[in-house]
Amino acid sequence: MSSPETLFRRITDYASRADPYPLYAELREHGVARQEDGSYLVGTYDEIAALLHDPRVSSDPHSRAEPFRDPLALQEGMPVSFIGQDDPEHDRLRRLAMRHFGPPHTPRRVDALQGELVRIAEELADGFGDKERLDLVDDFAFPLPVTVICRLLGVPPGDVQQVHVWADTVVAGLDFTPDEDPEPRRRASLEARAAMGRYLGELAEERRRRPTDDMLSALANDDGPDGRLTQPELMVTSVLLLIAGHETTVNLISNGMLTLMRHPEAFEKLRADPTLMPGAVEELLRYEPPVQFLPQRTPLADIEVGGVTVPKGSPLILVLAAGNRDPRRFTDPDRFDITRQDNQHLGFGSGVHNCFGAPLARMETRVALTTLLARLVGPRLLQDPPEYRRSPVLRGPRHLPVARTPGGR
Amino acid sequence: MPGDAPGGRIVVVGASLAGLRAAEALRDGGFTGELTLVGDEPDPPYDRPPLSKGVLLGRTRADACGLPSRRPLDARWKLGVPATGLDPLAKQVLLADGERLGFDRLLIATGTRARPWPDPGEAALDGMFTLRTSRDAERLAERLDAGPRRVLVIGAGFTGSEIASGCRERGLAVTVVERGRAPLIGALGGTVGAFATELQRAHGVDLRCGVTVTSLTGHDGRLTGAVLSDGERIDADIAVVALGAVRNTEWLAGTGLAAGPRGVACDAGCRVFDMYGIVTDDIFVAGDVARFPHPLYEYQLLALEHWGNAVAQAETAAHNMISRGPDRRPHLTVPAFWSSQFGLNIKSVGVPTFSDQVVIAQGSPGERRLVAVYGYRGRVTAAVTVNRAKWLEYYQHLIETAAPFPPDPGAADFDGSEPVPSDVPDPRVLSHGPTVYVTGHLPLLRPPSRRPGG
Ligand SMILES: Cc1cc2nc3c(=O)[nH]c(=O)nc-3n(C[C@H](O)[C@H](O)[C@H](O)COP(=O)(O)OP(=O)(O)OC[C@H]3O[C@@H](n4cnc5c(N)ncnc54)[C@H](O)[C@@H]3O)c2cc1C
Ligand code: HEM
Repeated sequence: MSSPETLFRRITDYASRADPYPLYAELREHGVARQEDGSYLVGTYDEIAALLHDPRVSSDPHSRAEPFRDPLALQEGMPVSFIGQDDPEHDRLRRLAMRHFGPPHTPRRVDALQGELVRIAEELADGFGDKERLDLVDDFAFPLPVTVICRLLGVPPGDVQQVHVWADTVVAGLDFTPDEDPEPRRRASLEARAAMGRYLGELAEERRRRPTDDMLSALANDDGPDGRLTQPELMVTSVLLLIAGHETTVNLISNGMLTLMRHPEAFEKLRADPTLMPGAVEELLRYEPPVQFLPQRTPLADIEVGGVTVPKGSPLILVLAAGNRDPRRFTDPDRFDITRQDNQHLGFGSGVHNCFGAPLARMETRVALTTLLARLVGPRLLQDPPEYRRSPVLRGPRHLPVARTPGGR
Repeated sequence: MPGDAPGGRIVVVGASLAGLRAAEALRDGGFTGELTLVGDEPDPPYDRPPLSKGVLLGRTRADACGLPSRRPLDARWKLGVPATGLDPLAKQVLLADGERLGFDRLLIATGTRARPWPDPGEAALDGMFTLRTSRDAERLAERLDAGPRRVLVIGAGFTGSEIASGCRERGLAVTVVERGRAPLIGALGGTVGAFATELQRAHGVDLRCGVTVTSLTGHDGRLTGAVLSDGERIDADIAVVALGAVRNTEWLAGTGLAAGPRGVACDAGCRVFDMYGIVTDDIFVAGDVARFPHPLYEYQLLALEHWGNAVAQAETAAHNMISRGPDRRPHLTVPAFWSSQFGLNIKSVGVPTFSDQVVIAQGSPGERRLVAVYGYRGRVTAAVTVNRAKWLEYYQHLIETAAPFPPDPGAADFDGSEPVPSDVPDPRVLSHGPTVYVTGHLPLLRPPSRRPGG
C-alpha cells in the first residue's frame, strides 16, 4: 500500500476517475489522512457528518491560512456567494434566497415545475428520433438542468443558449487538471462568471420595473423581514443557483443511467415499478454521488477529528463519496440496492450548507430517469467505463454512448 | 412472534400520541394477540402541538389535527370511556362503563391535563379557558375570531407564550401575567428568559412578571377582568389559564404502583415500579405521564412534556413489552423539544434546567438568532437554539459525550460571550412549572416537595 500522504494526489489523478472507490476504501482505513501539502482528507461517515455539523468548521475561503489560499475563490470586487460564507451572513443570504424557492414561504415553486419538466424531458427524448446510437450526456443529460433552472429563475428562452455557454465555461474553470497551466481556463471562467452576473443583474433590473412570477422577480422585489438582497448579492446568488445545479444534476442523471445499465435487474425492476424511483435516486446519490468531495472546508480552531488534531487554517477535504460507502454506516455498502431502507447518504452534504436545490435536483432526476427508462428499449453500453470528465470533484462521464432498438415509449 | 411476546392480550390506556405509536410499534414488532386501546376523549388520536399554533391562529382546523396512522392496527378501540381503576393482581383494567379488561401486558399512557384555575367559581366564568384538547382549541379559536377586547394569559411557559404570540399575530391586545421573573425562565433559565422578555415586549405583549393573578372578576357569569397581586386591575373578556400540566394518575390510586402527582415511575426499560421500588414485569408506561431514569442526568427520574419523547418512549416500551429480558432495550433518547412563537423557532436538546451555567455559543439575542449552551459542573448538559436549529446535532453530540463546558470556542458567529449562571429558578416560584421535571432533585436546589397550585 502506498503512503496515505499521497492519497489526494492519487484520487485526483485522472487515471483514477473511472473507479476511485478502492482509494476511498484505503482512505477509510486511515480515517483522517494528512497529505504531503498539509491538507487533511476525511473519509469516514461519522467524522464527515460530525464536521458538517461543527460550527468551528468554516466554508469561507478567507479562513484558510496564507499558503493554502485559492486565488480563484477570492474574486476582487464581488461578494462571495453563500456557499462560501459562514453564519450569520450565510444564514441571512440563504434565507433570503430560500424565501422564494421553497417552504415555508414558497412551497409550490418546485412542484409547479413538474409538468414543464416532463415536457422538456419528453422533447429532448423526441430529439433521439430514429437514432440507434445516442450519447446520453450530450443528447439528454447536459441540456436538461440548465433549461430547467433558467425556467425557474425566469431567463427568457432566447437567452438560455448563452447562459448555457457561460455555465459550461465557469464549470470548466473549476476543473482540476494537475499537469496543465490552469490560468487561461481560470481567467475564462472568471470572465464568464462576471458576464453571467451582469446579465442576471440587468434582467433583475428589468423585473424590478416589470415583475413577472419567476424567482428572479421575487428576489429583486421582495422586502422580507431581513430586507432585500443588494444588487451584487443578487448577482452572485443567481449565478450560484445556475452553477450549483448544473453539472451536479447532469452527473446524477448520467451516473444514474450508467449505474442502472450496469445493473440490468435494477433497470428492469425500476421500469416495471416507477414507485421505486424515489428510493433509486437516493441510492444513486449514495452510490455514485455527483459531488465526490467538498474541498473548501477550514477549521477555525485546532480541532480533533478521529484522534488527529487538524490545525486551524488547514484545508479540510471531506470525501462524501467515501463516507457513502462506509461499512460502519451502511450494510453492504458496495452493493447497489434501489430498495435500500436506511439511506442517510451524504450526496447532498449535510448541516447548514446542505444542498439548497435538493428538492429540484430530486425531481429533475426522477423525471429524467423515468423518461429515459421508458424510451430506451434494449439499451447497451457501448463503452464501459466511459470517458470521464476531468474533474475529480464533480465526477461523471463526459460521454455516455449507448445503443438501443429505436422506438420505445 | 419474535422473542416470547405474550400471545395474549395487551391493553393500552390513553389513546393519544404515546398510546397510538406504541400500538403501532407492537404490531410492527410482530405482536398478533388482542390489542385494546382505551381513551377518555371521544376523538381518535390527534396531535396537540398545532393546537397552540396553527389552530389558535385559525389557519388549521382543530378537527384536521388527527394523527396519521402508520399502519393498520387491528385493534379494539374504547373511546370516550375513562379507565377508573386497575387491579394488578387480577390483571384487569376497570372502565367507567363497568367493563373489566383483562390483560397480560398493560401500557399506561394517560399523559397530562391542563392544570385548572384553583377557584372553581371563577373557573366557571364564561371566557375562561385552558388549552390541552382539540375541543379547548376549537372553542378558544372561535372566541378569538369574535375579536375580544383583551386576552389575559396566566402563566408564561411554552404554552402561555405561544398563546400570547398567536393572539398578537391576530392583532389582539394581550396581557401576560407570570409569577416568575421572565417568560420561559422555568424551562430555559435566566439568559433565554431575558431574551423572551424582550421578544414579548417587542411584539406588543403587555407582560407582567413577578406578579400573580389573585382573583378574577365577572359580571352576569361573564369574565370581566383580573386583580393582580400588585393591586393592578386588568380588563379582559378572555383569560387562558396556562399554569402547566397535571399528570393523569388518579385512576391508579391504591394500586400500589409508584404513581402520584409527579407521574408514574419506571426503570430505564419503561417497566413501572411499585411503591417499594420493585419493578413490575407486566405494566409499562410511556409519554408525558412517565418518570424515568436518565444516565446523562445522573440517573435521576425525568418527567418530560415533549412530543418526541412520547414517541420514542412509546416505541421502546412496546418493544420491551414483547421482548425477552436480554432483548429489551433502554430508553436513552436525549430529550428534545421545539416551540414556535413570535416568528421564532426555538429548539432545545438535553435538560436546560439541569445546569449551573449557560453561555451564548453562537449568534446573539440582538440578532434574534442564537445558540445557548448549558453546563453543569463543567460538562455540557443542554443547548437551546433560536432560529439556528441546524446546529443542534453538534450540541447533542456534546451532551451525549459529556463534553467539557464551556464548549471550545471557534464558531464563526461566536461573539466572545462569557458563561454566566444559568439561573434556573426553583419550580415553586413559577406560575406554570417547567416542561421538564428533574423529579429526583434539582442540582442546586432542595428537592421540591409538591408543585404549587395557581
Ligand atoms: C397546546 C400544546 C402544545 C404543545 N406543543 C408542543 C411542542 O411544540 N413541542 C413538543 O415537543 N411538545 C408539545 N406539546 C406536548 C405534547 O403534545 C405532549 O408531549 C404529547 O401530547 C404527549 O403525549 P402522551 O400520549 O404522552 O399524552 P397525552 O397527549 O396527554 O395523551 C394522554 C391521553 O390519555 C387520556 N387519558 C387520561 N386519563 C385517562 C384515563 N383514566 N382513561 C382513559 N384515557 C385517559 C387523555 O385524555 C389523553 O387523550 C404540546 C402540548 C400542548 C397541549
Ligand atoms: C444532483 C444534483 C445536486 C447535487 C448532488 C448537489 C450537491 C450539493 C452539495 C454536496 C452541496 C453542499 C456543498 C457544501 O457543503 O459546501 C450543495 C450545496 C448547494 N447546492 Fe446543490 N446539488 C445538486 C443540485 C442542485 C441544484 C439543482 C441547485 C439549484 C437550484 C443546487 C444549489 C445548491 C446551492 C445554492 C448550494 C449551497 C448551499 C449553501 O451553501 O447553503 N444544487 N449541493
